[in-house]
Amino acid sequence: MKKTLITASALMVAVSGSVMAGTLDTVKERGAVQCGVTSGVPGFSVPDDKGNWKGIDVDMCRALAAAVLGDNTKVKYVPLTAKERFTALVSGEVDVLSRVTTWTQTRDTQLGINFAGVNYYDGQGFLVKKELGLKSVKELDGATVCVQSGTTTELNLSDYFRTHGLSFTPVVFDTNDQAASSFDSGRCDAFTTDLSQAAGLRTRMKDPSSVGALPEVISKEPLGPVVRQGDDQWFNIVKWTHNAMLNAEELGLTSANVDAKKAESKDPNVKRLLGLDGPKGKGLGLADDWAYQIVKQVGNYGESYERNLGSGSPLGLERGLNALWNQGGLQYGPPMR
Amino acid sequence: MKYETQPTLPAPASTIGLVGWARKHLFSGPVNSIATLLIGYLLITLLTPSIQWLFIDSDWVGSSRDACTSGGACWVFISNRLDQFFYGFYPEAEYWRLNLAFVLLLASIIWLIMPQTPKKGLMAIFLLLVYPVIAFFLLYGNSFGLEQVETHLWGGLSLTLVLAGVGIVASLPLGILLALGRQSEMPIVRSVCVIFIEIWRGVPLITVLFMASVMLPLFFPEGMSFDKLLRALIGITLFQSAYMAEVIRGGLQAISKGQYEAADALGLGYWQKMILIIMPQALKLMIPGIVNTFIALFKDTSLVLIIGLFDILAIGQAANQDPDWIGYSNESYIFVALMFWIFCFSMSRYSMHLEKKLHTGHSNR
Amino acid sequence: MSSDISNSGNTPQDNVPKGQLPPESKPKFWNDPRKRSLLFQILLLCGIGMVFYTIINNTLTNLDQRGITTGFDFISEKAGFGISMSLVEFTAESTYGWVFVIGLLNTILVAVLGIIGATILGFILGVARLSDNWLISKFSAVYIETFRNIPLLLQIFFWYFAVLRALPQPRQSIEFLGTFLNNRGFITPAPVAGEGFGLVVIALIVGILASWLTVRWAHKRQDESGKQFPILWTCVGLVVGLPLLAFFAAGMPISLDHPELKGFNFRGGLTIIPELIALWLALTIYTAAFIGETVRAGILAVSHGQTEAASALGLSKGRVLRFIVIPQAMRVIIPPLTSQYLNLTKNSSLATAIGYPDLVNVFAGTTLNQTGQAIEVIAMTMALYLTLSLLTSLFMNWYNAKMQLSER
Repeated sequence: MKKTLITASALMVAVSGSVMAGTLDTVKERGAVQCGVTSGVPGFSVPDDKGNWKGIDVDMCRALAAAVLGDNTKVKYVPLTAKERFTALVSGEVDVLSRVTTWTQTRDTQLGINFAGVNYYDGQGFLVKKELGLKSVKELDGATVCVQSGTTTELNLSDYFRTHGLSFTPVVFDTNDQAASSFDSGRCDAFTTDLSQAAGLRTRMKDPSSVGALPEVISKEPLGPVVRQGDDQWFNIVKWTHNAMLNAEELGLTSANVDAKKAESKDPNVKRLLGLDGPKGKGLGLADDWAYQIVKQVGNYGESYERNLGSGSPLGLERGLNALWNQGGLQYGPPMR
Repeated sequence: MKYETQPTLPAPASTIGLVGWARKHLFSGPVNSIATLLIGYLLITLLTPSIQWLFIDSDWVGSSRDACTSGGACWVFISNRLDQFFYGFYPEAEYWRLNLAFVLLLASIIWLIMPQTPKKGLMAIFLLLVYPVIAFFLLYGNSFGLEQVETHLWGGLSLTLVLAGVGIVASLPLGILLALGRQSEMPIVRSVCVIFIEIWRGVPLITVLFMASVMLPLFFPEGMSFDKLLRALIGITLFQSAYMAEVIRGGLQAISKGQYEAADALGLGYWQKMILIIMPQALKLMIPGIVNTFIALFKDTSLVLIIGLFDILAIGQAANQDPDWIGYSNESYIFVALMFWIFCFSMSRYSMHLEKKLHTGHSNR
Repeated sequence: MSSDISNSGNTPQDNVPKGQLPPESKPKFWNDPRKRSLLFQILLLCGIGMVFYTIINNTLTNLDQRGITTGFDFISEKAGFGISMSLVEFTAESTYGWVFVIGLLNTILVAVLGIIGATILGFILGVARLSDNWLISKFSAVYIETFRNIPLLLQIFFWYFAVLRALPQPRQSIEFLGTFLNNRGFITPAPVAGEGFGLVVIALIVGILASWLTVRWAHKRQDESGKQFPILWTCVGLVVGLPLLAFFAAGMPISLDHPELKGFNFRGGLTIIPELIALWLALTIYTAAFIGETVRAGILAVSHGQTEAASALGLSKGRVLRFIVIPQAMRVIIPPLTSQYLNLTKNSSLATAIGYPDLVNVFAGTTLNQTGQAIEVIAMTMALYLTLSLLTSLFMNWYNAKMQLSER
């Protein structure tokens, strides 16, 4: 009955801790990580037909829950539009924004948010219909281009065409889904977005084989998890959750072999990562086996990538820039010691 | 001489029956005849293919788009997603909760509008005060042994009804206060109410919804956050209360001055006068107006799709994006339109019926 | 009846014997309605002040704590994105302030076009609804009952996604008299003003001025002498004929810029984007249903006796309509009509759902996303709509006042 009264009086108003309590305490008290995701970008965050969220951004949230609460299912997903995402984060509606968000100076410094790393290095590209026989973006002079509004993509598009002396007509939509389907139905000659998202959206088109990407990549789009400014502890947790996943891949730890390695490995790096030695979880305010839980329950970065974006997914994207640093990519986890 | 009443001759064949009716109503002059023929031709050319597409050539049973072979409407698309259109993403095992809430609502509304049923006042109080609480616990759960269902899983027609229902019930008390305030003799109270009403009536609902979804969180102290649905409901309620206030003001003005004076003369205080004398009479007169604003609100709830809530129209839009079913957007638009139309049309008929009833009541006085 | 009660209400005081004051002549201050209302109002003001103070305080604290940039500096910053349709020059170099202007102009454009369309269609529907012809009046009734009971947003989606999307690609355009229709919009030749076109404009202005003077003079003469003057034809001659004359005199200084298919799209000509077409169609069709009902109610409100009296005076059917029915019906029609116009303007904000670059789309949408300054952007947008509706209310009050004056 008491529970009933609390529910009735609170009436869906979630009071998530006071000013003094950090995000970590709030999350522990609540027993769930509130994670801001997209309303559906294949490979990054998308609900399947049973309503389970899947994707590399979703894995980030699950890893956080595993590290903080020891259970990767304790995540509450909040789908957000591009417009709402930053307000939702700074107002405390979500604890972390893991939602294909590009790291830019303005966002990092003026919106009261911090980027906690890059979990996907992306770039902006163009999709066109193959029947037009286009070879380069430079041939798109005078074209109509579908694009999502309020994104860095929109600004890059306009910059690129202007600097190359090309004219174009933008047609903007609130969601990438709408922009893609408008391109598909012929409202535009080209559709521009981050290449990884383009690959995902292409699979949803009427005839995916009739659509191809142009070779140019016109921008840098480092996508990563975002947290509120002013809570360094939580910022560190998110940052090191990502780093732990990278280091786990570098050390060859996977969800399948982590138990065996924990028992037998003599490698000091492995021991430190799994919390048998070294800094453990003290500095972060987490349990000592926080990184073990991540690897055990979610897997390392490579596993997450292959499952959601790589060969194990319908998108089939190459690792490319997102390979580890020692394999020719940019993903570089600082040492855990 | 013998006078005999001749049997009355039937009216000329050209003025009775179908022919007569047609002559009178369709072909009463050259201009009218041409217009009739033109519109008739237009209707036939438009309606025949439509009916063909909608009913005759359409496919009704099946489980995938392969079932749609006859070239007409593909209603399989709709029937496969019927659950989503009605319940959104609500867990299937818990559908009975939505059904129960809906049946309760329907039963109490029927009770209210049937002329013979007794205790209408009690029923109205139940519907306005008790029912929302019951519905909240049924839908949201998390108590009485019911599993909690997060609001982001709510959707479809049930969400549309929740939005419109809460909007109207919550805006009623606020609207009454604003209307009374607008008629008050206290200058500050009056101007505050006028400003409030005019501000909300002057801006489009979409900006109010934007405000509710992106600004509201900044208005509250840190650590206090609202559910997305609740934010939308706050926006809708504030917006709607301004319209409600104007309807109620209309009702208050329709009460003759003698009633106010008589109440004053009896020595009743302001609130006694309003609650015991004016409101019971005025509320009755306001019902058609309230129903009309409800219709407008019901249609306006479709705007929540712009802030990312899945009402019935948003479910339709999402269904149109499904790669397995591309090319059947007409069917989903027609289905959603039909749903809205059934609700709005029946409500508007009811309000017209009431208006007529109330109107005769007045002129007899 | 009421006087009885007020008399009986006085009796307690009458019972007090003369020369003896009642025990307490001054009521307690909370029983004095004037003081009580004063107190209540002060409390109300304090309450509202508190609410506002809390909200503003919270907001400022929140913004400050989270390091969010505030202020209106962003208005003069470069926007850096493109807009698909603008009535005046817009480049990626333009500022956010200019984006606001572009959005406002686009909102006004679609609102004006919608008002024109909805008024014409609405009046036709309203009159048709009262037609003797069964088919016509039923047709109009079905139209009204169908379209006003379906949400506008759904209608916009229908026209945009279901109808206009189904049009052919630019290369397979539907061609009609030099205009083209495809899924990129409706493309027509654009008139380009050549040298000497100023003369035509001047002629038009002169024509309008002259006809205004003529009307005044004719009215005065009719008042004085009862003689009528063919105002209509004179005015048509002045307003249309004079510019036409000037047009030919200047050597027809208008050339047509014909659209041509080059590369991806048509170049030249005037392109009306499908977003505008869909929005305009939906706004027109939806609002016309409401206007139709308004017009019908207005005509029905003119009492039958008026029409009969006019016929009895020997006025022809056309004149009855023109001089008796319409002026009286308009008095009933105009107030609800203005509120329909206002609704249409506010409803045009649904443009954002299909990407027509109106104020809400480019300013409360794109600009908000790019700058992240939600409070300033939403406040500016709301203030603008509020101004529009206040202006309409002012016009309404002025109109009502004018109408009352003309009553005798």
